[in-house]
Amino acid sequence: MSSKAYQAGVKDYREKYWTPDYVPLDTDLLACFKVTGQPEVPREEVAAAVAAESSTGTWSTVWSELLTDLEYYKGRAYRIEDVPGDSESFYAFVAYPIDLFEEGSVVNVLTSLVGNVFGFKALKHLRLEDIRFPIAYIKTCGGPPAGIQVERDRLNKYGRPMLGATIKPKLGLSAKNYGRAVYECLRGGLDLTKDDENVNSQPFMRWRDRFEFVAEAIMKAEQETGERKGHYLNVTSATPEEMYKRAEFAKEVGCPIIMHDFLTGGFTANTGLANWCRDNGMLLHIHRAMHAVIDRHPKHGIHFRVLAKCLRLSGGDHLHTGTVVGKLEGDRNSTLGFVDQLRESFVPEDRARGVFFDQDWGSLPGVFAVASGGIHVWHMPALVTIFGDDSVLQFGGGTQGHPWGNAAGAAANRVALEASVKARNEGREIEKEARDILTEAAQNSPELAVAMETWKEIKFEFETVDKLDVA
Amino acid sequence: MPHQTMGDYQTLNTLETFGFLPKFSQDEIYAQINYIIAQGWTPAIEHEHPSRSFDHYWTMWKLPFFGETNLGRVVEELEACRRSYPDHHIRLTGYDNYTQSQGSSFVVFEAR
Repeated sequence: MSSKAYQAGVKDYREKYWTPDYVPLDTDLLACFKVTGQPEVPREEVAAAVAAESSTGTWSTVWSELLTDLEYYKGRAYRIEDVPGDSESFYAFVAYPIDLFEEGSVVNVLTSLVGNVFGFKALKHLRLEDIRFPIAYIKTCGGPPAGIQVERDRLNKYGRPMLGATIKPKLGLSAKNYGRAVYECLRGGLDLTKDDENVNSQPFMRWRDRFEFVAEAIMKAEQETGERKGHYLNVTSATPEEMYKRAEFAKEVGCPIIMHDFLTGGFTANTGLANWCRDNGMLLHIHRAMHAVIDRHPKHGIHFRVLAKCLRLSGGDHLHTGTVVGKLEGDRNSTLGFVDQLRESFVPEDRARGVFFDQDWGSLPGVFAVASGGIHVWHMPALVTIFGDDSVLQFGGGTQGHPWGNAAGAAANRVALEASVKARNEGREIEKEARDILTEAAQNSPELAVAMETWKEIKFEFETVDKLDVA
Repeated sequence: MPHQTMGDYQTLNTLETFGFLPKFSQDEIYAQINYIIAQGWTPAIEHEHPSRSFDHYWTMWKLPFFGETNLGRVVEELEACRRSYPDHHIRLTGYDNYTQSQGSSFVVFEAR
């Protein structure tokens, strides 16, 4: 068998890693990179270098390569495409054999695909645009602890998006005053409230005190309204041991849902916590602090659709996706593209939404899309249209900034939401008829009328920085 | 806002989806039933005494109406359920067998 002789030295990557005739296998993990090479380096060589450096290759030939079958293990650059409207960059498609990756570990996948290769000198910029996970790999991942269907059944919320709010001010409230803010939101008609991402366990409010007061707020609101309620208790902390301790206590005081920041906390912590939630009947809300550092630059980093896919594999029942209409960055088609990845069981390739591959999710549960940040009642019909029922719409300032307080603000949002859903079900075009629908609803809700007056001038109309690539 | 003009918000005992809207007219109820039928969902009726309305399970009225696409027949069943249980809340659910969930569920008649 061993017909090859060892020859020391440096070879062109393309000799081994550029394979334009290769037909990817159903079990291959496929990746699409947007590559911006240094000038003068041929595209095939750069693409091959990306495939090599993110799989088996290194810069020099080594003798021990001959002890294995690299033809079986290597990544292969198999296609190159122009980026529409951009002559400097191109898309490189790479196929990786499934055995390069440990089962059930998005950590291992990312360490390969976005590891050393991103600092490679032959590249000016590199962006991971999409990953096609083979169904064989997906079946090794735990995924969401509960999923959309189970969460709806536990919380008894059907036929509409759920309604939430992040408790404000972000920092500085005492535990008892914080629980008051939660109670007021929930009694007013919100389904869920949320710890801000940077609320962990600071000197002004230690986690244990917060959990106890919040639990009382939820119970009281449930008794008085007759509806099921929750609050995402943030268990993100400095160590996994501390995180599990807080999660255990959240369960002990009877809260249905906890929360984690998957990027600052890390995928290892996230996957472990998702497994714990599955074992303990707890829902898991996922925040995405730090994502814009990684995903906002159009030529470098990782697109959020990849981070969203990885989160669905690692595990989470909710994930923040941006709002399209509010204060934070987000292109509509691109957002719809990764919202599909969170919720659907199959997503076909659709370049108009930035989806580069067919993706079969098999039986992995779906994740609620969370729209949060700078939204208010006037946005409601648009949000219902964009995000549909399997979403959580979160109005922080848009609830607690109501002139009458949190409960009235919550009621205003709930009336606006239900009026929008009702009108949609009646066949009305709710985005176009937004003003009429809200004005009609406000006739029976002074809380909504005041909210509409308060936020009538607020818009966030800036150009999106990261746009889809179109000519 | 000066406190003299500020409103007081009284907590409402509501029954989940559409609980914050005024009581539906007959036409509004029909529109929501038509939506359930148009989605291909199976209409089903449940009823429960208000003292037990927080329970996950309410009592089923007959079986879900598999294959029913006639608005009038769904309305007849709702009325028959209300005649039998006037002191119960009555809700209509649209079962979605694709998502294995309820596509819609709302209280049509509150207990008298």
